[in-house]
Amino acid sequence: MTTEARPADVVTPQPAPASEESAWRRRHLLDIDDFTVDELELVMSTTDTMKEVLSREVPRVPALRGTTIVTLFYENSTRTRTSFELAGKILGADVINVAASGSSVTKGESLIDTVKTLQAVGADVLVMRHNRSGAPYLASRHTECSVVNAGDGLHAHPTQGLLDLYTMRGALGDVRGKKIVVVGDILHSRVARSNMWALTAFGANVVVCAPRTLLPAGLGDETEGRLPPVRVETDLDHAIEGADVVMALRMQLERMHGGFVPGAREYSRLYQVNANRLARAKPGALVLHPGPMNEGVEISHEVAHGLQSHVEEQVTNGVAVRMAVLWLITRQTTRGARLAARGSL
Amino acid sequence: MTERIIIRTGRVIDSATKFDAIADVLVEDGRIAAIGAGLVADSAREIDARGLVVAPGFVDVHTHLRDPGLEYKEDIASGTRAAARGGFTTVCAMPNTEPAMDNRSVVEYVLREAAARARVRVLPIGAVSKGRAGKELAELGDLAAAGCIAFSDDGAPVWDATLMRRALEYASIFDLPIIDHCEDRSLAKDAVMHEGWVSTRLGLRGAPAAAEEAAVSRDIALAETAGAHVHIAHVSTRAAVDAVRRAKARGVRVTAEATPHHLTLTHEIVAFGALGGEELAYDTNAKVNPPLRSQDDVDACVAGLADGTIDCIATDHAPHAVIEKLCEFDEAAFGISGLETAFGLCMRLVNEGRIELPTLIARLTVGPVCALGLDRYVPGIGTLAVSAPADIVLLDPSAEWVVEPERFASKGKNTPLGGVTLKGLVVATIAQGRVVHESGVPVA
Repeated sequence: MTTEARPADVVTPQPAPASEESAWRRRHLLDIDDFTVDELELVMSTTDTMKEVLSREVPRVPALRGTTIVTLFYENSTRTRTSFELAGKILGADVINVAASGSSVTKGESLIDTVKTLQAVGADVLVMRHNRSGAPYLASRHTECSVVNAGDGLHAHPTQGLLDLYTMRGALGDVRGKKIVVVGDILHSRVARSNMWALTAFGANVVVCAPRTLLPAGLGDETEGRLPPVRVETDLDHAIEGADVVMALRMQLERMHGGFVPGAREYSRLYQVNANRLARAKPGALVLHPGPMNEGVEISHEVAHGLQSHVEEQVTNGVAVRMAVLWLITRQTTRGARLAARGSL
Repeated sequence: MTERIIIRTGRVIDSATKFDAIADVLVEDGRIAAIGAGLVADSAREIDARGLVVAPGFVDVHTHLRDPGLEYKEDIASGTRAAARGGFTTVCAMPNTEPAMDNRSVVEYVLREAAARARVRVLPIGAVSKGRAGKELAELGDLAAAGCIAFSDDGAPVWDATLMRRALEYASIFDLPIIDHCEDRSLAKDAVMHEGWVSTRLGLRGAPAAAEEAAVSRDIALAETAGAHVHIAHVSTRAAVDAVRRAKARGVRVTAEATPHHLTLTHEIVAFGALGGEELAYDTNAKVNPPLRSQDDVDACVAGLADGTIDCIATDHAPHAVIEKLCEFDEAAFGISGLETAFGLCMRLVNEGRIELPTLIARLTVGPVCALGLDRYVPGIGTLAVSAPADIVLLDPSAEWVVEPERFASKGKNTPLGGVTLKGLVVATIAQGRVVHESGVPVA
């Protein structure tokens, strides 16, 4: 184990200024739709600290030693689960992975039962991926554990939204006024929803682009802040003009055959992010994708692996953002408070 | 055993005769014996109704009593106790029981149980199709002979248009309506709420308003073709109200109902709860089919109620066990336990000045009676006419109370209104001359 603490090396992730620290009151991370700019800034600055930890020769700190994190995944996701597992381990937490494949209902054990059981065996944090929108909210109301939403149905994927924001800020400095085009299956995308909240909170000019059949109701209408204020386009060639960032979303195979679009051929002709289209964006525009990519469908191979692609950086930043989130929310638990009081993080 | 009761000096509102005045009501032998000022009634139980409204008992044409087969959700005793608390003296029992009420023996079971255990009158609605499967007609003639007052596959639409046409034609032999749950299933596939900004916000699959409009329009066309009577259950959209209004204007035999929740609540409470919280609620108790819609739809339903396009208020009382709601939103059962909050919730419309109290009472009494022709079975039902059955409700329109689901008589505690204050209380309910509910508030 490399969580062995060497006092000289072990620097606590630099606590944020007291005013910001006290602004953080969240025990759960369910969504970022109600985050204030200050809260988002705190996550960003904490992520900077975590990036520094990751850059060390031995990237391990015992900040969360004694904390038990359970990843409870009702859907498969190698990438997100591994990212959380690594984030927990780097911070010295014990991480247990539970693959709850199949729905809780078919297993005959309710989500509430599962969550209560995990709490009883000593979990402090539940990192939860679920195929049903809102499931983490239900879980959070029936447990003392902190619940981190690692993606719920079509609703939200808050750590993805945060890491995308972090990646864009890393490259652009500030996202205010920047044109960010999200293209693909917006209707079924929790990644798109979380990105829209995070980016519009910072005043980005967000344009979502999709065929009408893959756009959710009400988006782009005047909803008085009840939905993120984005512009909606159906023509990618037009939407992409002058973009600072182009994010392509995964087009799932079952949607391709589900009558939403005529098929992969037409979809890729109209909505693929490729070199020709990217040329219409700002020179050096960032290309992002939450992965896994269908190269040749929503994104061309050359763009996916080209100089403008920041896809790998997204993955690395994902670990740092999740470290930041785990660290911040555990400050709010009893055990987190105890550890903090001990002053030996 | 019924006693002699005199209800003194209430504001008596009988929509059937447009009677609205302070008067006494005398009940004898389970019937209305007299109405007038200063009635003499020796040895009668006196109920002081000063400050209260005295109206005919409410009639609910859309109640899920869940009996037989689903008694863990509700049974005839608990469901009719809930009805009494809500001011309903007649409930029409929907046939989506286990087994379905698609044959005489189930109807006879329900009537037998009701005679033994019900607080209020139960009128059965037979299934349209065998097993409610939407394939073959049930024995509608035998069901009619057994006492069914209408037919419905409610819970599901009659999705096959030809079956619907034949059901309408066949039921017209017995002069009975088909009650249809109007929903185009292909448009509403996998939907768990109304399609709109809230469904987008929550990432839940929505049913477009057009799913209802399409089915309502189809049913109107079929009723017109068949020259038969269709009753549209739980209208929830502006377009459906408009379609019914136009059809009525050209003489189609169409009647319609709306629920208290569709007349007052919007899809926003799915996200934020009826008390308006900060955190997303995903309130499974607000999951209902048809779903709670937009404010524009609510406004259209209220306008339809006011102008008579919507004939009556029906609760669609749909009780469920706790576990069927305490789960992920997608997995939760559809339905609201509505009998006990119906009057208080509808009183919002009166309190907000959107309809008059006599109109509200009409839509809960003579409205449903006329829509389904129930006075053929129970002469005088829904009125306070002399010799009509003594089905009477005492109301305090200005009393405020807090909804406490755990205190419901219904087994179904599934209401989104827990903790909400309603203004308008059912003080007492008299069914066929028996006092079946007293709130404990000012009944002398």
